[in-house]
Amino acid sequence: METLDPRIKRLSLETSTEVEKTNSHLITYEVFHQEKRGKHVTHVGIVHASNPEMALVMAKEVFGRRGKTTNLWVVKTSDVYTFSSEDEEMFETTPEKTFRDPAYYKVRDRIEKFQNKNKV
Amino acid sequence: MSNALKDLLFKMADDALIIGHRNSEWTGIGPMLEEDLAFSSMAQDKIGHAQALYKILNDVLGEADADTLAFKREEKNFKCCQLVEQPIGEYDFSIVRQFLFDHAELIRYDMLTQSSFQPLAQLAKKVKGEIKYHVMHADTFVKLLGNGTEESKARLQTSLNYAWHLALGIFEKSEFENDLISENIFAGEEELKKRWLQKIIPIIEAASLKIPATDESKIVYGGRKGFHSEYLKPLLDEMCEVVRSDEATAEW
Repeated sequence: METLDPRIKRLSLETSTEVEKTNSHLITYEVFHQEKRGKHVTHVGIVHASNPEMALVMAKEVFGRRGKTTNLWVVKTSDVYTFSSEDEEMFETTPEKTFRDPAYYKVRDRIEKFQNKNKV
Repeated sequence: MSNALKDLLFKMADDALIIGHRNSEWTGIGPMLEEDLAFSSMAQDKIGHAQALYKILNDVLGEADADTLAFKREEKNFKCCQLVEQPIGEYDFSIVRQFLFDHAELIRYDMLTQSSFQPLAQLAKKVKGEIKYHVMHADTFVKLLGNGTEESKARLQTSLNYAWHLALGIFEKSEFENDLISENIFAGEEELKKRWLQKIIPIIEAASLKIPATDESKIVYGGRKGFHSEYLKPLLDEMCEVVRSDEATAEW
């Protein structure tokens, strides 16, 4: 498992005689698809597999069988952390905070300009 | 030289067509959804490779068109090895066959990227990536099942033992072997077999399986010269059923 970026495990499947740690039952892996080099990876779905190697091999045909693909990521579903759905209320008022939206300031500037012009 | 080229192209194309047809028999009944898709896609790839090779035979070497070559030839004119003709059996056999066959394919196409026969060199560069995936797929399952349960290991070993002398038949030499080598078209079956053994042995070991003992007298030759197992004829009959039912209007 050689890699220049130590955060990412790149499986060199073609030459590998390594045996990835295997689960005796199938588990699920989340699959992320990258269309072009440098583009974001996008979550596309899951595959069933018993180790990461099998997950990549399955993901290639399930999610890379049509159109352009540069690379795929797989992540064990159980390695994904997420908020509890009951805590969704944390996000409820966010859409109202338009001052966090860059577009808000453009409009604000024009209103102020108009007000200043009409002051005299 | 054209006879030597034809012989090489026909055996490669026929191998691809027949194993493609065989592997497509798993469509809909694969062991799991993902694998059903993967195995079916790889079967399509193989038929694509056959089509591309028949096209070279047609465009450059004056043979009939791809459909005619695929569907209207007699059994004795097929040059495929007997390994690819075998029924799909259980999944262990199909995976072992893919492992043994596709490693040879990948090395063969890799050697052919250097071929002095340009149409073949170009095709080899184009399809190498596809076959690389077929090999990855096979290696993954061989390692997984070989290191799996007692049952999966035993099944894999049994299939490997059964397939071994059939697989060695892939490398049956043609009468044109020396011409192909001296004209730098293809470095030859002997060289291919040597590289194939170097490649597969470490993977068989990583899969905790035993390498079957080779008995020269048991190697299954004949396919390259038109002598086939009892399994090819029924496969051809099924494959050609549609085109034979309506020769005049069948279109693909």
